[in-house]
Amino acid sequence: MKKNEVPQDKSNLESANFKELCYAVDENGEYTTVNSTGWDPKTIALDNAIEEINARVANAKNRVDNNQTSPLEYYMELHKMDINILASYVGLWKWRVKRHFKPSVFKKLSERTLQKYADVFEISVEQLKNIDYGN
Amino acid sequence: MEIKFTHHQSAHCENGVVSNLMKHNGFNVSEPMVFGIGSGLLFCYIPLLMVNHAPAITYRAMPGFIFKRFAKRVGIKIKREKFKDPKKAKERLDENLNNNNPVGLQVGVYNLVYFPDEYRFHFNAHNLVVYGKEDNTYLISDPVMEEVTTLTDKQLEKVRFAKGAFAPKGHIYYPTDFPKELQLESAIKKGIKQTCREMLAPMPIVGVRGIRVVAKLIRKWPKKKGIKVANHYLGQIVRMQEEIGTGGGGFRYIFAAFLQESSKILNNEKLAELSKEMTQIGDLWRDFAVDASRIYKNRGAKVDGYDDVATQLEVIADKEEIFFKKLKKAI
Repeated sequence: MKKNEVPQDKSNLESANFKELCYAVDENGEYTTVNSTGWDPKTIALDNAIEEINARVANAKNRVDNNQTSPLEYYMELHKMDINILASYVGLWKWRVKRHFKPSVFKKLSERTLQKYADVFEISVEQLKNIDYGN
Repeated sequence: MEIKFTHHQSAHCENGVVSNLMKHNGFNVSEPMVFGIGSGLLFCYIPLLMVNHAPAITYRAMPGFIFKRFAKRVGIKIKREKFKDPKKAKERLDENLNNNNPVGLQVGVYNLVYFPDEYRFHFNAHNLVVYGKEDNTYLISDPVMEEVTTLTDKQLEKVRFAKGAFAPKGHIYYPTDFPKELQLESAIKKGIKQTCREMLAPMPIVGVRGIRVVAKLIRKWPKKKGIKVANHYLGQIVRMQEEIGTGGGGFRYIFAAFLQESSKILNNEKLAELSKEMTQIGDLWRDFAVDASRIYKNRGAKVDGYDDVATQLEVIADKEEIFFKKLKKAI
């Protein structure tokens, strides 16, 4: 990549007002560094990934509303987590977290366990129990 | 208190932290030098592991390996520590700052508040330098950022104790002992040799063979997983390749810059030639990203689009195979 080919596309980096550093060759074939505002293929990939997450969140919300899963799954998706990550944050086995996704099991969870989850998501237990709480 | 520390922006976090810490200690070592000597370049497809609900591919060595190898090869000593107790982790950090010693930290990205929201994923192998503390605020030099920044002690504790794969566990590291002069020549050779060995490894998921495996998978995805999932997977490949701070062509350009610098140090004209060749391979990786992005941009993509990008990857694999064989002979 030549110095003048370093992409300067519009991207989400703009919102944080920073540019990333790229390595490219100058007129004499020497490597140098150039700042880049972003690159479309990357931005599209990132936008798609975020859309995918939003779809997962919406889907989880739907299933909570239909009593097919517990709010835990909704908050997990909202925080871009998967079961592995959630389990390690809350300090439980994966299969236990999975079990807590069952609405019937979730209802019987102890205050202590609920608090653990609430702490991970940085919300109150009330919010944890009711995903529409405060919205 | 603030330690006099010069922040240099870098393309990749781990190289950047090492390069900045070396410069702070009076050794002018560039980012590509750290990357090359630490054998940072790699390609590995990790079966079974899913990251962001997609197959995991890495374009670089495991977190921490670059610094470890770099230190060993140039003859510096590093001290590293992990903690169970966040309090102890903080004490050790403060201790070092009081001793005027800037330190490297491994952190998780998800709670890194100065990153744009869209970039905050559960990725735990980010690196930064802490170079001071004012009241409850730590002064941070994050090598992928243009300028220095700050984090409160709460915010810093959170990213140091992020959970999930590669959990940092408060990981702190810093160089402790330096030789009079760095043994760059032998270090460069060792670094190159290992990269060649890994890229040409007789294992199906590593190096050029790994690239071919991924190409094959790409051909299968649309039929096996459906267009939607296949697009998501393809997008993830590009994201990992062009992940924030790697600035295009994966790490190929940084490696090319390393070869160019090395050719001068070793007085080896062949490395300069190979640097040019690596730049061209980097360009091919970029073309691949552009074409892949066309596919996942249009949801209703045709199946032959996948075949095309898979073929591109196979061409890259062939070129890299030839390249690393030549590189092995050149040193």
